[in-house]
Amino acid sequence: MKAAVIQFPGSNCDMDMMHALKDFKVDATLVSHNETDLSDYDAIFLPGGFSFGDYLRSGAIARFSPIMEAVKQADEAGKRIVGICNGFQILTEAGLLPGQLMQNEHPGFICDEVKMEVTNPDTKFSRDYQTSEITLPVAHGEGRYYADQATIDSLEKNHQIVFKYQTNVNGSTDDIAGITNQKGNVLGMMPHPERAIEAILGNTDGRKLFESILDN
Amino acid sequence: MVKVPEPMRNEPSPEEIKKNKVYLDWALTTEEYDLICDHLHRLPNYTETGLFAAMWSEHCSYKKSKPVLRKFWSQNERVLQGPGEGAGVLDIGDQQAVVFKAESHNHPSAVEPYEGAATGVGGILRDIFSMGAQPIAVLDSLRFGELNNNDTKHLVNGIIAGIAGYGNAIGIPTVGGEIGFDATYQGNPLVNVMAVGLLNQADMQVGKAEGIGNRVLYVGAKTGRDGIHGATFASSDFDSGVEKNRSAVQVGDPFLEKLVMDATIKAIREHGDAIVGVQDMGAAGLVSSSAEMADEAGTGVLLDLDKVPQRETNMTPYELMLSESQERMLLVVKANQVAEVAKVFEDAGLSAVDIGEVTDNGKYVLSFEGQTVADVDVNYLTNPPKQVMQETAPKRLTQDATQQYQPEMTNASQTLTDLLKQSTIASKATLFRHFDSMVRTNTVIKPGGDAALVRIKGTSKALAMTTDISGRYTYLNPKIGGALAVAEAARNIVATGATPIGITDCLNFGDPDDPEIYYELDKSCEGINDMAKVLNTPIISGNVSLYNETDGQAIYPTPMVGMVGLLDDVEKATTINFKNADDLIYLVGEVRPDFNGTELQKMQTGEIKGNLNDFDKNIEKQHQQLVLAGIKQQLINSAHDVAEGGLGVTLAEMTFNTDFGANVKQAHPVSWYFAESPSLFVVTVKPENQTKFEKLVGDQARLIGKVTTDPQLKLVALDQDINVNKNEIEKGYQEAITWQLNH
Repeated sequence: MKAAVIQFPGSNCDMDMMHALKDFKVDATLVSHNETDLSDYDAIFLPGGFSFGDYLRSGAIARFSPIMEAVKQADEAGKRIVGICNGFQILTEAGLLPGQLMQNEHPGFICDEVKMEVTNPDTKFSRDYQTSEITLPVAHGEGRYYADQATIDSLEKNHQIVFKYQTNVNGSTDDIAGITNQKGNVLGMMPHPERAIEAILGNTDGRKLFESILDN
Repeated sequence: MVKVPEPMRNEPSPEEIKKNKVYLDWALTTEEYDLICDHLHRLPNYTETGLFAAMWSEHCSYKKSKPVLRKFWSQNERVLQGPGEGAGVLDIGDQQAVVFKAESHNHPSAVEPYEGAATGVGGILRDIFSMGAQPIAVLDSLRFGELNNNDTKHLVNGIIAGIAGYGNAIGIPTVGGEIGFDATYQGNPLVNVMAVGLLNQADMQVGKAEGIGNRVLYVGAKTGRDGIHGATFASSDFDSGVEKNRSAVQVGDPFLEKLVMDATIKAIREHGDAIVGVQDMGAAGLVSSSAEMADEAGTGVLLDLDKVPQRETNMTPYELMLSESQERMLLVVKANQVAEVAKVFEDAGLSAVDIGEVTDNGKYVLSFEGQTVADVDVNYLTNPPKQVMQETAPKRLTQDATQQYQPEMTNASQTLTDLLKQSTIASKATLFRHFDSMVRTNTVIKPGGDAALVRIKGTSKALAMTTDISGRYTYLNPKIGGALAVAEAARNIVATGATPIGITDCLNFGDPDDPEIYYELDKSCEGINDMAKVLNTPIISGNVSLYNETDGQAIYPTPMVGMVGLLDDVEKATTINFKNADDLIYLVGEVRPDFNGTELQKMQTGEIKGNLNDFDKNIEKQHQQLVLAGIKQQLINSAHDVAEGGLGVTLAEMTFNTDFGANVKQAHPVSWYFAESPSLFVVTVKPENQTKFEKLVGDQARLIGKVTTDPQLKLVALDQDINVNKNEIEKGYQEAITWQLNH
């Protein structure tokens, strides 16, 4: 599999994502936000960080980057697209995923390991998980998922909610930590699976997510 | 008659400066001003006076602390770069090096906590990447007044948010540090930030303006009017009756710094042959960075101020030179390679402007709107007159106060429960939770351990790092206190399994012109130095923060020691928590009745008093080596040093975040569980390793108990036992800070 990791100015989990993908022997390349073509890649990763300093609103400026047209084309082609943390924020801003990420209920950045539930173990991103309860790191100040009731209802109905917090650390609606689009090829999540793939760092619960993506 | 450039029309003339003593406002003394006049054979103009005031400030020149700093031991087989550069550098093998330094941002944080702390992080990171290193971690050592004070709450919230706001955004993990509370820091909090970087030795850069004709390249943010005279601001004390000097505090932009950091590292790695010198524009911005680089190389420098990127209009030479706008770097680049270096920055959307050249005449010359607005000798500008400092021992140290505090022990279980809720001892997890400690995916031991541990990708190695402050001890005995700070930092490092390899420091003291304060500075540095030599941990960088006084009342003499250790095999790292039931608990070293300066004394009497018992530095070293050997041979599976709150608190902390309790028996009075004796570790050993371990340690460690499945902490003593439910005391320990912040 060939994967692209998009580098926006201010991305800071780009190298962590590269490190994780290489751990799974994925042929991964860093691609600048100024590029316009992603046709060579099978999967696109939008990493965490503070793209454009999170100025205005997280993800609000990044969605105008030239690369985002190519990301939309990749979606139309049904390719897998993963947005982690700031990547999730960019995907909602760009309209590739429904809803919005807002300031945490208790304002302030939180970095912690949080228990969560794999609510849909049948997606392209979660199918290798054998257990429903996992622990993943979170690190964000604007991670409160919000959508109107109709959107939440349709997310539930279409089984688009992949991860839910067991301890709702940021006040997300319906405890939502990660969702897919309706087609099931785009995933956005606030937790950081790329930080949880090595035993030496104390958590390997992110591995199954990468294995699911690789498991064609 | 020369026409005065428009922006400078309102500046006082050289004669007016002399007559009205304008320089006094910038903390330049009349004696110093007169020396400058003599040297120049004329009166300095407004710009020149400003240059001297900044460059001769304590913050830039260390003129008053230099006699003490010069005594620091800073050479051994690992040292690639000692003090005097952006940061110190130590060889860690495999052609790699670790780069680290600490810096204080006490004054700015006192008046503008968020920006003061944020720019503290930004400034120390620039020191690291100016050496060509990739920053890998940040640690914060913070001191506040008592937490029951509303001003303290405001400062805690602002400073924590500022560190988080900057460090998280730039993507360098905040992996450790420590936070303490004492009334002495009321109105004068300490914000000491340490940064650690990783360097390929081939990429090492220093701040040197070598090579006549080479160009001076300005990169990064534009210059504004913020932070003007921050350096002199940091070199005076506070008067609570006067409006605090907010305009001297800079405003940080971590997004911009991330771009500057990545581009600087890229430029050094890809165009290292073109780059002669790199320095960040920190204190006293443009003048300090350019003059220091020229002085280092014995050259001169000519700057064309019209070319300096400016954020505001009508800026004067004085403002341009003394602005402390953040996120700016100065590079000296070979004349024919300016374009290739500039391109790296331009590609990242940053300014990269050729503003001047290296000259052969040893002069510091500034041109502005076609006129020469400053012309002084580089060497004179960067080397203020030598100071003779007076020292006298403070009275409290000359009085006989060797007797130790006698604790009250009516209910020792309650004492332990209460101690764990003291703000200095209680868990700071709710504060550290605001920092991204995991970004870059290298953090093996996160905040909450004795030291943080950061692995080096592509190797089996890891770096341990910690900061330690012993202000209370230093107050009671500067020399022993200084040595204790180093010893405890080293014990923190050792408890992870890493070997201590070097030190940085922040020396936080009051007004150095007070002979008693200078005595404290001198003696505590002696203590630091003596201990550093014994442990083979050279002092390779550091920072001095003087004038930490409000209304004439100085803080405790507070040296902060930052230490780095090297662990060859990260898989052998040890943490503080108990691992298995029935593991044997050993105490390395013996408890003594050391109660002066303890958390117990403060809790029971509200003050710190008496003198300290000395300790044997060689025994300290032996104990550390013993623990290292035990970890290396994989006989020890958890290790924790004994610090604030004594053995009782240490044992309690080892049960936290586990399912275990402990049974311990000691043949001493119960109060000794709270003595803060030096050179102690608690370690655990699996029963099957008992013989091997006891053979290794001989009589230097003693079996004192056992890890249990019962969640009860039982500490038996001669006169009274401690018996507490571990879950209950842990709850108090975890929740105390949040409770105190909200009440």
